[in-house]
Amino acid sequence: MDFKGFDHPDRQTAGGTRSVKVMIAGGFGTGKTTMVRSVSDIKPLTTEETLTQASADVDNLIGVADKTETTVSLDFGKIGINDELVLYLFGTPGQERFWFLWNGLFKGALGAVVLVDTRRLASSFRAIEEMERQDVPFVIALNVFPDSKEHPIDEIRDALDIPPHIPVVACDARDRASSRDVLIALIRHLKERSAVALEPR
Amino acid sequence: MSAPRPPTDPSGLERYYVLTGGRSGPGGSASSLDVATLIVSRAAAVAGMQHEHEEIIRRCRDPLSVAELGAHLGLPFNILAVLLADLLDAGRVEARNPIPASGAGSGPDLALLEEVLSGLQRL
Repeated sequence: MDFKGFDHPDRQTAGGTRSVKVMIAGGFGTGKTTMVRSVSDIKPLTTEETLTQASADVDNLIGVADKTETTVSLDFGKIGINDELVLYLFGTPGQERFWFLWNGLFKGALGAVVLVDTRRLASSFRAIEEMERQDVPFVIALNVFPDSKEHPIDEIRDALDIPPHIPVVACDARDRASSRDVLIALIRHLKERSAVALEPR
Repeated sequence: MSAPRPPTDPSGLERYYVLTGGRSGPGGSASSLDVATLIVSRAAAVAGMQHEHEEIIRRCRDPLSVAELGAHLGLPFNILAVLLADLLDAGRVEARNPIPASGAGSGPDLALLEEVLSGLQRL
């Protein structure tokens, strides 16, 4: 056996490292990739999944070519939380109709940020609905584009029909500190949710 | 007589077919793999191993997510999962799924959220 490069084959260094994942959702062009890029420790990467709509009937790749096939890309980045914990951020594909094809895309995620372009509120309706349907806890982040008009947060909350307990925050997805603050708002929201869940009945 | 056939495109389905021996989806040990699952090598590569298996073992000496592996190797998730299943079954790598927001029946882990929060605040 070649153990070259394995200085300590039984080492526990970094052995305990675990991961958590957060999804960045929102309509097409709302700044999902921009946010992943601004807050990631690494240069954002792209991973792909080849989705075959008739895959349940296919036991091997022969004959796949005439099925409906789509390649869905996920842009992602990561943040080192500490020596033993890594946070992965995944920007969801722009076309929400593919989300359900990617099994478990949201499964195991701590929660999600749904980005909203205040000039095109409707573009994020689908994403919000999908979070509710899949029971993924989320916060709404209004990505303030340079030519966005001033929009009072309450007005937008009403327009998007967001219940009062879900935070709505404004951000600039290009800015690292601003994007980090959105993630902090999400984690605080998750803490509040779990505190409520832990309250004795 | 006949001209040699041009090499076929190695980037498409044919390449994946060869890589996976025709298998399309992982079963068993790899069926719960997530894009954020960390893969860690548990043994060294052995002679005669498929190149992609060797590459995975080499890159995962330090824990690396399935998503990063896919990006580095240029393989889609479902193809990579088949290759990882081989290594998992042989005990050459270990897979650690992301810590979920809540365990079965219990609320989200406050200590975990606290840990993530303080990490973000240090950014």
